[in-house]
Amino acid sequence: MYIIIIGGGRVGYYLTKALLSEGHEVVIIEKDAGVCKIINDELGGVCIRGDGCEAATLAEQGTSRADILIAVTGDDEDNLVACQVAKYRFNVARTIARIRNPQNEIVFRKLGIDITVDSTNVILEHIKGELPTYPLTHLKDLGEVGLEIVEVRILPDSKAVGKKVKELPLPPGSRLSLIIHQSQKPHIPSADTTIRDGDRIIAITTPEQEETLRTALSGT
Amino acid sequence: MKVVIMGCGRVGARLAGLLDGDGHSVTILDTDTYSFRRLPPTFKGNALVGNGLDQEVLKRSGIEGADAFVATTQGDNRNIMASQIAKNIFNVPKVVSRIYDPLRQELYSTMGIEAISPTTIFAQILRERVES
Repeated sequence: MYIIIIGGGRVGYYLTKALLSEGHEVVIIEKDAGVCKIINDELGGVCIRGDGCEAATLAEQGTSRADILIAVTGDDEDNLVACQVAKYRFNVARTIARIRNPQNEIVFRKLGIDITVDSTNVILEHIKGELPTYPLTHLKDLGEVGLEIVEVRILPDSKAVGKKVKELPLPPGSRLSLIIHQSQKPHIPSADTTIRDGDRIIAITTPEQEETLRTALSGT
Repeated sequence: MKVVIMGCGRVGARLAGLLDGDGHSVTILDTDTYSFRRLPPTFKGNALVGNGLDQEVLKRSGIEGADAFVATTQGDNRNIMASQIAKNIFNVPKVVSRIYDPLRQELYSTMGIEAISPTTIFAQILRERVES
Protein backbone atom coordinates (compact mmCIF):
# COMPACT_ATOMS: atom_id res chain seq x y z
CA MET A 1 0.00 0.00 0.00
CA TYR A 2 1.03 3.61 -0.50
CA ILE A 3 0.83 5.44 2.84
CA ILE A 4 1.47 9.14 3.44
CA ILE A 5 2.33 10.27 6.95
CA ILE A 6 2.08 13.90 8.01
CA GLY A 7 4.41 14.86 10.85
CA GLY A 8 7.88 13.47 11.51
CA GLY A 9 7.83 13.57 15.30
CA ARG A 10 8.25 10.47 17.46
CA VAL A 11 4.91 8.99 16.44
CA GLY A 12 5.51 9.62 12.73
CA TYR A 13 9.03 8.24 12.87
CA TYR A 14 8.21 4.93 14.60
CA LEU A 15 5.05 4.52 12.56
CA THR A 16 7.06 4.90 9.35
CA LYS A 17 9.66 2.43 10.56
CA ALA A 18 6.97 -0.15 11.35
CA LEU A 19 5.12 0.35 8.07
CA LEU A 20 8.34 0.17 6.00
CA SER A 21 9.28 -3.10 7.66
CA GLU A 22 5.90 -4.48 6.63
CA GLY A 23 6.80 -3.69 3.05
CA HIS A 24 4.61 -0.65 2.44
CA GLU A 25 5.55 2.35 0.37
CA VAL A 26 5.76 5.23 2.85
CA VAL A 27 6.39 8.97 2.59
CA ILE A 28 6.58 11.35 5.56
CA ILE A 29 5.92 15.04 5.08
CA GLU A 30 7.57 17.18 7.74
CA LYS A 31 7.96 20.97 8.00
CA ASP A 32 11.27 21.07 9.85
CA ALA A 33 14.37 20.61 7.65
CA GLY A 34 16.50 19.35 10.57
CA VAL A 35 13.97 16.69 11.53
CA CYS A 36 13.73 15.63 7.86
CA LYS A 37 17.47 15.19 7.64
CA ILE A 38 17.63 12.99 10.73
CA ILE A 39 14.84 10.77 9.43
CA ASN A 40 16.40 10.50 5.97
CA ASP A 41 19.81 9.65 7.43
CA GLU A 42 18.26 6.85 9.45
CA LEU A 43 15.52 5.47 7.25
CA GLY A 44 16.65 6.41 3.73
CA GLY A 45 14.99 9.08 1.58
CA VAL A 46 11.46 8.74 2.93
CA CYS A 47 11.00 12.22 4.36
CA ILE A 48 9.96 15.20 2.25
CA ARG A 49 10.20 18.69 3.64
CA GLY A 50 6.93 20.57 3.30
CA ASP A 51 3.57 21.52 4.77
CA GLY A 52 1.29 18.50 4.71
CA CYS A 53 -1.77 20.73 4.79
CA GLU A 54 -0.88 22.36 1.46
CA ALA A 55 -2.50 20.90 -1.61
CA ALA A 56 0.63 21.65 -3.68
CA THR A 57 2.86 19.57 -1.39
CA LEU A 58 0.39 16.71 -1.36
CA ALA A 59 0.05 16.84 -5.17
CA GLU A 60 3.84 16.52 -5.57
CA GLN A 61 3.77 13.33 -3.52
CA GLY A 62 1.08 11.78 -5.70
CA THR A 63 -1.52 11.84 -2.97
CA SER A 64 -4.31 10.88 -5.35
CA ARG A 65 -2.86 7.39 -5.60
CA ALA A 66 -2.34 7.03 -1.82
CA ASP A 67 -4.36 4.33 -0.05
CA ILE A 68 -4.11 5.92 3.39
CA LEU A 69 -3.09 9.29 4.82
CA ILE A 70 -2.16 9.39 8.50
CA ALA A 71 -1.77 12.78 10.19
CA VAL A 72 0.21 12.57 13.43
CA THR A 73 1.47 16.09 14.11
CA GLY A 74 1.09 17.41 17.65
CA ASP A 75 -1.72 19.79 16.69
CA ASP A 76 -5.27 18.59 16.24
CA GLU A 77 -6.17 21.37 13.81
CA ASP A 78 -3.24 20.57 11.51
CA ASN A 79 -4.17 16.89 11.51
CA LEU A 80 -7.79 17.75 10.69
CA VAL A 81 -6.88 19.96 7.74
CA ALA A 82 -4.29 17.53 6.32
CA CYS A 83 -6.88 14.75 6.37
CA GLN A 84 -9.62 16.92 4.87
CA VAL A 85 -7.39 18.16 2.04
CA ALA A 86 -6.39 14.55 1.31
CA LYS A 87 -9.96 13.36 1.39
CA TYR A 88 -11.80 16.14 -0.43
CA ARG A 89 -9.12 17.22 -2.88
CA PHE A 90 -7.32 13.94 -3.61
CA ASN A 91 -10.05 11.40 -2.79
CA VAL A 92 -7.86 9.39 -0.44
CA ALA A 93 -10.04 6.49 0.72
CA ARG A 94 -8.87 6.33 4.34
CA THR A 95 -7.71 9.19 6.49
CA ILE A 96 -6.50 8.71 10.04
CA ALA A 97 -5.89 11.58 12.47
CA ARG A 98 -4.15 11.64 15.80
CA ILE A 99 -5.99 13.81 18.30
CA ARG A 100 -4.90 15.31 21.59
CA ASN A 101 -8.18 16.73 22.85
CA PRO A 102 -10.59 13.82 23.54
CA GLN A 103 -13.59 16.02 22.66
CA ASN A 104 -12.37 16.23 19.09
CA GLU A 105 -13.17 12.61 18.34
CA ILE A 106 -16.82 13.42 17.65
CA VAL A 107 -15.94 16.65 15.84
CA PHE A 108 -13.48 14.90 13.51
CA ARG A 109 -15.88 12.09 12.73
CA LYS A 110 -18.56 14.62 11.87
CA LEU A 111 -16.13 16.45 9.61
CA GLY A 112 -15.35 13.36 7.52
CA ILE A 113 -12.21 11.89 9.10
CA ASP A 114 -12.41 8.09 8.95
CA ILE A 115 -10.47 7.12 12.06
CA THR A 116 -9.16 9.08 15.04
CA VAL A 117 -6.56 7.91 17.50
CA ASP A 118 -6.75 9.75 20.77
CA SER A 119 -3.45 9.34 22.62
CA THR A 120 -4.72 11.14 25.73
CA ASN A 121 -7.68 8.83 26.06
CA VAL A 122 -5.65 5.69 25.41
CA ILE A 123 -3.34 6.60 28.29
CA LEU A 124 -6.24 7.69 30.49
CA GLU A 125 -8.15 4.44 29.99
CA HIS A 126 -5.03 2.42 30.74
CA ILE A 127 -4.49 4.29 33.98
CA LYS A 128 -8.15 3.98 34.94
CA GLY A 129 -7.98 0.24 34.29
CA GLU A 130 -5.16 -0.02 36.82
CA LEU A 131 -6.92 1.95 39.52
CA PRO A 132 -9.41 -0.05 41.60
CA THR A 133 -11.62 2.98 42.26
CA TYR A 134 -12.71 3.35 38.64
CA PRO A 135 -15.59 0.93 38.17
CA LEU A 136 -15.83 1.23 34.37
CA THR A 137 -13.09 1.08 31.74
CA HIS A 138 -13.52 1.39 27.97
CA LEU A 139 -11.84 -1.52 26.24
CA LYS A 140 -12.86 -0.96 22.65
CA ASP A 141 -14.97 1.57 20.83
CA LEU A 142 -16.95 0.11 17.93
CA GLY A 143 -17.96 3.57 16.72
CA GLU A 144 -19.10 2.46 13.28
CA VAL A 145 -21.87 0.27 14.76
CA GLY A 146 -22.59 2.53 17.73
CA LEU A 147 -21.40 0.03 20.37
CA GLU A 148 -18.56 -0.21 22.84
CA ILE A 149 -16.94 -2.94 24.90
CA VAL A 150 -16.41 -2.04 28.55
CA GLU A 151 -15.12 -3.65 31.70
CA VAL A 152 -17.04 -3.11 34.94
CA ARG A 153 -15.56 -4.00 38.32
CA ILE A 154 -17.84 -5.17 41.05
CA LEU A 155 -16.84 -3.54 44.33
CA PRO A 156 -17.78 -5.00 47.76
CA ASP A 157 -20.44 -2.34 48.46
CA SER A 158 -22.16 -2.68 45.10
CA LYS A 159 -25.87 -3.53 45.37
CA ALA A 160 -25.51 -6.04 42.52
CA VAL A 161 -23.43 -8.36 44.73
CA GLY A 162 -25.37 -11.57 45.46
CA LYS A 163 -27.97 -10.88 42.74
CA LYS A 164 -28.60 -12.99 39.67
CA VAL A 165 -28.03 -11.49 36.21
CA LYS A 166 -31.79 -11.69 35.45
CA GLU A 167 -32.55 -9.62 38.57
CA LEU A 168 -30.35 -6.70 37.50
CA PRO A 169 -31.93 -3.60 35.93
CA LEU A 170 -29.75 -3.84 32.82
CA PRO A 171 -30.45 -1.27 30.11
CA PRO A 172 -31.78 -2.56 26.76
CA GLY A 173 -29.10 -3.17 24.16
CA SER A 174 -26.49 -4.03 26.80
CA ARG A 175 -25.16 -7.54 27.23
CA LEU A 176 -22.84 -9.12 29.77
CA SER A 177 -20.40 -11.19 27.73
CA LEU A 178 -17.84 -12.52 30.16
CA ILE A 179 -17.22 -12.69 33.90
CA ILE A 180 -13.67 -12.89 35.18
CA HIS A 181 -13.06 -13.84 38.81
CA GLN A 182 -9.79 -14.76 40.47
CA SER A 183 -11.09 -18.05 41.85
CA GLN A 184 -12.29 -19.63 38.61
CA LYS A 185 -11.98 -19.68 34.83
CA PRO A 186 -13.53 -16.78 32.92
CA HIS A 187 -17.09 -17.78 31.99
CA ILE A 188 -19.98 -16.51 29.91
CA PRO A 189 -22.77 -15.53 32.32
CA SER A 190 -26.30 -16.89 32.02
CA ALA A 191 -29.49 -15.37 33.45
CA ASP A 192 -28.95 -17.38 36.64
CA THR A 193 -25.31 -16.45 37.20
CA THR A 194 -24.79 -14.71 40.55
CA ILE A 195 -22.70 -11.55 40.66
CA ARG A 196 -19.92 -11.64 43.24
CA ASP A 197 -17.64 -9.14 44.89
CA GLY A 198 -14.45 -8.86 42.85
CA ASP A 199 -16.02 -9.89 39.54
CA ARG A 200 -14.74 -8.17 36.42
CA ILE A 201 -17.51 -8.09 33.86
CA ILE A 202 -16.86 -7.56 30.17
CA ALA A 203 -20.00 -6.07 28.63
CA ILE A 204 -21.21 -4.71 25.32
CA THR A 205 -23.22 -1.51 25.52
CA THR A 206 -23.87 1.79 23.76
CA PRO A 207 -22.34 5.13 24.77
CA GLU A 208 -25.86 6.30 25.78
CA GLN A 209 -26.56 3.27 28.02
CA GLU A 210 -23.10 3.16 29.57
CA GLU A 211 -24.04 5.14 32.69
CA THR A 212 -27.20 3.04 33.34
CA LEU A 213 -25.15 -0.14 32.96
CA ARG A 214 -22.52 1.15 35.36
CA THR A 215 -25.18 2.01 37.96
CA ALA A 216 -26.91 -1.36 37.54
CA LEU A 217 -23.70 -3.25 38.15
CA SER A 218 -21.54 -1.19 40.46
CA GLY A 219 -24.01 1.32 41.94
CA THR A 220 -24.27 1.37 45.73
CA MET B 1 -26.99 40.43 16.45
CA LYS B 2 -24.88 38.19 18.69
CA VAL B 3 -21.37 37.72 17.32
CA VAL B 4 -18.44 35.61 18.55
CA ILE B 5 -14.97 36.52 17.25
CA MET B 6 -12.02 34.17 17.73
CA GLY B 7 -8.61 35.87 17.76
CA CYS B 8 -8.00 39.35 19.13
CA GLY B 9 -5.24 40.41 16.77
CA ARG B 10 -5.36 43.69 14.87
CA VAL B 11 -8.14 42.52 12.58
CA GLY B 12 -10.17 40.77 15.27
CA ALA B 13 -9.93 43.69 17.69
CA ARG B 14 -10.83 46.20 15.01
CA LEU B 15 -13.80 44.14 13.83
CA ALA B 16 -14.95 43.77 17.44
CA GLY B 17 -14.82 47.55 17.87
CA LEU B 18 -16.76 48.17 14.66
CA LEU B 19 -19.50 45.62 15.38
CA ASP B 20 -19.77 46.82 18.98
CA GLY B 21 -20.11 50.38 17.71
CA ASP B 22 -22.94 49.24 15.42
CA GLY B 23 -24.81 48.04 18.51
CA HIS B 24 -24.20 44.29 18.20
CA SER B 25 -23.47 42.08 21.16
CA VAL B 26 -19.84 40.97 20.70
CA THR B 27 -17.76 38.33 22.52
CA ILE B 28 -14.10 38.13 21.54
CA LEU B 29 -11.86 35.17 22.37
CA ASP B 30 -8.09 34.97 22.62
CA THR B 31 -5.65 32.62 24.32
CA ASP B 32 -3.61 35.57 25.58
CA THR B 33 -5.08 38.32 27.80
CA TYR B 34 -2.38 40.69 26.56
CA SER B 35 -4.11 40.72 23.15
CA PHE B 36 -7.15 42.45 24.61
CA ARG B 37 -5.12 45.69 24.89
CA ARG B 38 -5.94 46.15 21.21
CA LEU B 39 -9.66 46.56 21.92
CA PRO B 40 -10.84 50.17 21.78
CA PRO B 41 -11.49 51.77 25.20
CA THR B 42 -15.13 52.20 24.25
CA PHE B 43 -15.63 48.42 23.71
CA LYS B 44 -18.68 47.24 25.69
CA GLY B 45 -18.63 43.56 24.70
CA ASN B 46 -17.06 40.56 26.43
CA ALA B 47 -13.41 39.60 26.20
CA LEU B 48 -12.90 35.94 27.10
CA VAL B 49 -9.60 34.11 27.58
CA GLY B 50 -9.54 30.64 26.07
CA ASN B 51 -8.88 28.47 23.07
CA GLY B 52 -11.67 28.69 20.52
CA LEU B 53 -11.01 25.11 19.40
CA ASP B 54 -12.24 23.91 22.78
CA GLN B 55 -15.97 23.34 22.78
CA GLU B 56 -16.29 24.21 26.47
CA VAL B 57 -14.73 27.60 25.78
CA LEU B 58 -17.00 28.11 22.78
CA LYS B 59 -20.06 27.31 24.91
CA ARG B 60 -18.93 29.84 27.52
CA SER B 61 -18.59 32.41 24.75
CA GLY B 62 -22.30 31.95 24.04
CA ILE B 63 -21.85 30.32 20.65
CA GLU B 64 -25.02 28.27 21.10
CA GLY B 65 -27.22 31.33 20.62
CA ALA B 66 -24.87 33.28 18.35
CA ASP B 67 -25.96 34.65 14.96
CA ALA B 68 -22.43 34.88 13.58
CA PHE B 69 -18.94 33.49 14.19
CA VAL B 70 -15.73 34.97 12.79
CA ALA B 71 -12.31 33.27 12.96
CA THR B 72 -9.36 35.68 12.73
CA THR B 73 -6.45 33.96 14.45
CA GLN B 74 -3.02 33.81 12.84
CA GLY B 75 -3.36 30.11 12.04
CA ASP B 76 -5.24 29.04 8.92
CA ASN B 77 -5.87 25.57 10.30
CA ARG B 78 -7.13 26.91 13.61
CA ASN B 79 -9.54 29.20 11.75
CA ILE B 80 -10.67 26.33 9.52
CA MET B 81 -11.28 23.97 12.41
CA ALA B 82 -13.07 26.53 14.58
CA SER B 83 -15.29 27.57 11.66
CA GLN B 84 -16.30 24.00 11.00
CA ILE B 85 -17.10 23.45 14.68
CA ALA B 86 -19.21 26.62 14.70
CA LYS B 87 -21.01 25.64 11.51
CA ASN B 88 -21.42 21.88 11.90
CA ILE B 89 -21.59 21.34 15.65
CA PHE B 90 -23.20 24.55 16.91
CA ASN B 91 -25.15 25.39 13.73
CA VAL B 92 -24.22 29.06 13.75
CA PRO B 93 -26.06 30.58 10.75
CA LYS B 94 -23.25 32.88 9.58
CA VAL B 95 -19.61 31.76 9.76
CA VAL B 96 -16.76 33.71 8.19
CA SER B 97 -13.11 32.73 8.32
CA ARG B 98 -9.79 34.24 7.36
CA ILE B 99 -7.56 31.83 5.45
CA TYR B 100 -4.23 33.22 4.26
CA ASP B 101 -3.40 30.29 1.97
CA PRO B 102 -5.31 30.83 -1.32
CA LEU B 103 -5.42 27.09 -2.10
CA ARG B 104 -6.93 26.21 1.26
CA GLN B 105 -9.32 29.14 0.94
CA GLU B 106 -10.51 27.76 -2.40
CA LEU B 107 -10.98 24.21 -1.09
CA TYR B 108 -12.91 25.23 2.01
CA SER B 109 -15.07 27.67 0.05
CA THR B 110 -16.23 24.72 -2.04
CA MET B 111 -16.93 22.88 1.22
CA GLY B 112 -19.33 25.59 2.37
CA ILE B 113 -17.09 27.67 4.62
CA GLU B 114 -17.24 31.36 3.82
CA ALA B 115 -13.51 32.08 3.65
CA ILE B 116 -11.62 35.22 2.78
CA SER B 117 -7.99 35.13 1.71
CA PRO B 118 -6.25 38.45 2.55
CA THR B 119 -3.32 37.23 0.45
CA THR B 120 -5.34 37.12 -2.76
CA ILE B 121 -7.20 40.34 -2.08
CA PHE B 122 -4.19 42.36 -1.01
CA ALA B 123 -2.07 41.16 -3.93
CA GLN B 124 -4.82 42.30 -6.30
CA ILE B 125 -5.03 45.73 -4.66
CA LEU B 126 -1.27 46.13 -4.85
CA ARG B 127 -1.29 45.15 -8.52
CA GLU B 128 -3.95 47.75 -9.29
CA ARG B 129 -1.94 50.43 -7.46
CA VAL B 130 1.28 49.48 -9.21
CA GLU B 131 -0.29 49.37 -12.65
CA SER B 132 -2.35 52.57 -12.34
